Amino acid sequence: MTDKKELNIKETFELFKNKKTTPVELAKVCFEKITNLNHELNAFVKVLNSNALDAAEESQKRFEAGNPKGLLDGVPIAIKDNIAIEGIETAAASKILQGFVPPYEATVITKLKEAGAVILGKTNLDEFAMGSSTETSVFGPTKNPHDKTRVPGGSSGGSAVAVASGMSPLAIGSDTGGSIRQPASFCGIVGFKPTYGLVSRYGLFAMASSLDQIGPMARSVEDVEILFEAISGYDPKDSTSLKEEIRNKKIEIRDLKIGIPNEYFAEGLDPKVKKVIEQAISKFKEMGAEIKEVSLPNSKYALSCYYIIMPVEVASNLARYDGIKYGYSEIKNSELRIKNLLDVYLKSRSSGFGKEAKRRIMLGTYTSSAGYIDQYYNKAQKVRSLVKKDFDKVFQEVDFILGPVAPTTAFKIGEKTTDPLTMYLSDIYTIAVNLAGLPAISVPCKKVDDLPVGLQIIGPQFSDFKIFDLAKKYEGVKDGLQGA
Amino acid sequence: MAKISKEEIEHTAALARLKSDGENLEEILDYVAECEKAPTDEIEAISQISNLKNVSRTDEVEKSLPVEKVLQNAPAKQDNYIKTKQIFE
Repeated sequence: MTDKKELNIKETFELFKNKKTTPVELAKVCFEKITNLNHELNAFVKVLNSNALDAAEESQKRFEAGNPKGLLDGVPIAIKDNIAIEGIETAAASKILQGFVPPYEATVITKLKEAGAVILGKTNLDEFAMGSSTETSVFGPTKNPHDKTRVPGGSSGGSAVAVASGMSPLAIGSDTGGSIRQPASFCGIVGFKPTYGLVSRYGLFAMASSLDQIGPMARSVEDVEILFEAISGYDPKDSTSLKEEIRNKKIEIRDLKIGIPNEYFAEGLDPKVKKVIEQAISKFKEMGAEIKEVSLPNSKYALSCYYIIMPVEVASNLARYDGIKYGYSEIKNSELRIKNLLDVYLKSRSSGFGKEAKRRIMLGTYTSSAGYIDQYYNKAQKVRSLVKKDFDKVFQEVDFILGPVAPTTAFKIGEKTTDPLTMYLSDIYTIAVNLAGLPAISVPCKKVDDLPVGLQIIGPQFSDFKIFDLAKKYEGVKDGLQGA
Repeated sequence: MAKISKEEIEHTAALARLKSDGENLEEILDYVAECEKAPTDEIEAISQISNLKNVSRTDEVEKSLPVEKVLQNAPAKQDNYIKTKQIFE
């Protein structure tokens, strides 16, 4: 059998069906890769050998009986460690949740299990998905397989590396300000952030609820699309879930107008990345699309707006970690002389949260506190409106927007950890999409100095399948396709 | 440059139920103050983008987690209760 790393979902299904290989054999290949690579890359924080092999055996039986559940049956997948799997420790890479075993299951996990997918393990992330480099994890940093001295991006860095290194063909990530797209860009894989509300957030450990969205990561757009179809859909357990039926019509590239926002090509964008993105854009022109310069004038406020709104939601969401109901607690620590309930809160939270989590809780508490809420939070909510209106306006003129995912290629481990502001700037082209609730994909284009670069395609709300269509067309024509 | 006094930091930490460790927020607050320049007269504030309002379900009893599962992660418990420290002196 050929190198299973390069197989896509449809090919795998054919091989299973024709008994050229089996789900158990494929799972074992993945575990072998994990054994060989993970000690160095640190993509997986938990490997679920026996659960996965059990699931693979069940799947194998279905294939033997001639009734597989569908394309995902028996296909291995890695899950970001901020998504609850019932009975499996899920820590969101935070000390405050170490040892936490969810008594319930995220909707996406239920859906994946129903589709027959084989869950290999949990992947690393920045603590509570707060970061752009997978360095703030309590489990230590994940390394980029293209250059192990560099970060994989974040926060879904573990999921991106699991796919890029061939340890898993598929992965699930979450994206609050770029956390699927930026690591996909840094690792040379495809990562998709769906329209807000199309994938249930039930069981995703909340960071910033109005921005968080679960999404698929894989080696090809087609695989990402198949995975998205499996995990999306209305869920009454998520009050922000949408009932929208979004099976879009196929697109015809000659009828398309594609917008290039000049703000995304201004100061701050690495000239080499810029060149590669411009080359990618010219491919769309060659395919017959009309390329048009557009403007998102308020995008200069998007990052500051995000760094007010997100921490306010973080401060609120992370209030639940109190050392009482679950997670890390000092309640029984006799050395600390815990006197009362407040002491339990203060001491458990202070030693349970990492530095970046505390920084964001403090920021969000400050900018939403009496005396400052008008100046910061209420103002930022209006700016969010402006950012959204920019997109609404541009999407009256064009069908899609193209641009870079991140201003640079993967940076060095440790390069930005001492300066939070520089770290925040690596999300400059991705966060506006979350503020506006739009779908966007990162597709690999040409490399720069042997490091991957992702092209971002942004579409209007509910254009998810049209984005896949366009991204597949680009995949078909781009030259010098790079593997992991 | 945003100036935040030590007292304000301590007050914020108390609201956040954290012990203040002298965190410097000024640089980030300076950066996010950029937002103030945005022209937002007559612009409505939005807290979400999906336009959903008051999502509720019918008031019917549904299957819920059994008590032992709800309590399985509690650091301190007794019988069917989560145990806490005293709230008042």
